Amino acid sequence: MIEKANLEVFSETLLDLARHDKDIVVVTSDSRGSGKLTNFGKELPDQIIEVGIAEQNLVAICAGLSAVGKKVFGVSPSSFLTARALEQIKNDIAYSNHPVTLVGISSGVSYGQLGSTHHSIHDIAVLRAINNLNIVIPCDNFETKKIIQAAVNFNEPLFVRFGKKPMLKIHNDNQSFKIGKGISIKEGKDLVFIATGETVQRAYKAIEILEKDNFKCTLISMHTIKPFDESLFLDSIKHTRGIITLEEHSESGGLGERCSSILAQKKITTNFKIIGFPDEYMINGSQSDVLDHYNMEPKRLAEIAKNLIS
Amino acid sequence: MNIKTLQSKSIEYRKTILEIIYKSGAGHTAGSLSCIDILNVLYNKILKVDPSNFNSNDRNHYIQSKGHSVEALYTILCDKGFYTKEQLLTLNKFNSHFIGHPTRKVFGVEHNTGALGHGLSVAVGMAIGFKLDTKPYSVFTLLGDGELSEGSVWEGLMTANKYNLDNLIIIIDRNRLQITGETENVNPLEPLKEKFTSFGLSVKEVNGNSVEDLINVFKEVPFENKKPNVIIANTIKGKGVSFIENEVVWHHKVPDDDQYTKAIDELNKQKIQLEND
Repeated sequence: MIEKANLEVFSETLLDLARHDKDIVVVTSDSRGSGKLTNFGKELPDQIIEVGIAEQNLVAICAGLSAVGKKVFGVSPSSFLTARALEQIKNDIAYSNHPVTLVGISSGVSYGQLGSTHHSIHDIAVLRAINNLNIVIPCDNFETKKIIQAAVNFNEPLFVRFGKKPMLKIHNDNQSFKIGKGISIKEGKDLVFIATGETVQRAYKAIEILEKDNFKCTLISMHTIKPFDESLFLDSIKHTRGIITLEEHSESGGLGERCSSILAQKKITTNFKIIGFPDEYMINGSQSDVLDHYNMEPKRLAEIAKNLIS
Repeated sequence: MNIKTLQSKSIEYRKTILEIIYKSGAGHTAGSLSCIDILNVLYNKILKVDPSNFNSNDRNHYIQSKGHSVEALYTILCDKGFYTKEQLLTLNKFNSHFIGHPTRKVFGVEHNTGALGHGLSVAVGMAIGFKLDTKPYSVFTLLGDGELSEGSVWEGLMTANKYNLDNLIIIIDRNRLQITGETENVNPLEPLKEKFTSFGLSVKEVNGNSVEDLINVFKEVPFENKKPNVIIANTIKGKGVSFIENEVVWHHKVPDDDQYTKAIDELNKQKIQLEND
């Protein structure tokens, strides 16, 4: 079932929470519209701070608001937020330990044809290397809502990123959820898919194809990249014939390389494939076309999976 | 605390700054000496921040954006009772919390600084927070003049103007030197007052090494209704020690045995003269 965009769920959840908690403050960098926060601004004008196109300023102001007791959500396109304002994230949020939630909207290749200046395929890698920063990426509406609800009183610096396209319903509403604990969506011995964020949906569809050919697959939504749920990862890959990781991110420094470092250090040898964006001048196209091109089209994924274990 | 007591404190602070830099073998000597009178007046007359209220948000806040002058900050916080002199003397030692830039691991430090151009926007966030809750607290931040080349400073000023932050007091330690040389040669700042004015801020200039002038200017805050305040504090880099004053090499030079003895001597003489005045 197709539901809403995670972006929309984020803004509705936040507005709902902020109605009952005047300490919740949103900071935007001319990103009110892109962040679907126009209604928030109309209904709660005293709880939204607009700093203009100034991401460094946005992040540092978030830190200051947090320091005097506000529950702060800094909302800006992930590309600009995490590259332009990286030093502010490092020093003013993470190192200074202000429990701000930084929301990277239109992440990955959400901006499609707008091209590489707007894509954020570096954000997981750069932020993983920053101490004291949690990184969370929801795969569907359910995870988005749970992350935003948890973020309000999370008490640690948090980065969350998502796209703006409607998403498949992956989880039941009674699914338990905790930041730092991945979710096993399907269990099967032949192959394990470890995916994060919206690529979980592509793995889900690939598994439907593989199941028709009698392959039994495990699917993990690794919504939290940091702290990484190493025990779920290790449990899920026991006795499997192969592992595929998926992420809407560069192959460098993301989920796949996180998994591979664990495998190497634990001396686990298995069939293993990282699917993300290679180190090249990227092809142009819509988000969907770009993901398809880089092996995330479900049929292509199913083929890669079969080849991996044959 | 009267003017003479404050002046005497400034001399003692300068001695402590030199002592901890000399004993630890590292530090930003001249910048700490240029801004210490400002910190003296802030912590002893204006801020009303001490160990008993520091853990509450409901108080004035101070962010030292020019983080490298940390020895001045550590010295004043020590005098205010945030920690002992013994603790302070662990500066730069292995596993000490007292590192070469402000860190919240040290009790009394508001925000981790060191990379320049950050503190102002953080202060803006705090000042907005107080305005949102209609709390009567002010936020003070100290910037170096060389720091003003960071573009993020000017982003912060625009937001300060937009939100009418008359509870924000930006102090510029205008000592006219940075690590490479004179600010006006490295990247000219003048006309500085006009720059701030054109950004919608209310500006006053003072002698930033005169505790009396500083007290008077802080008393005038807010300078104008609904306008953020800027104090251009004209200071002498290395103030108080004749051979350090206005010498660019002293940005982070550490005194040797001889220089340390001479510097303390000079400061002791200043103290005797002050007491005899």
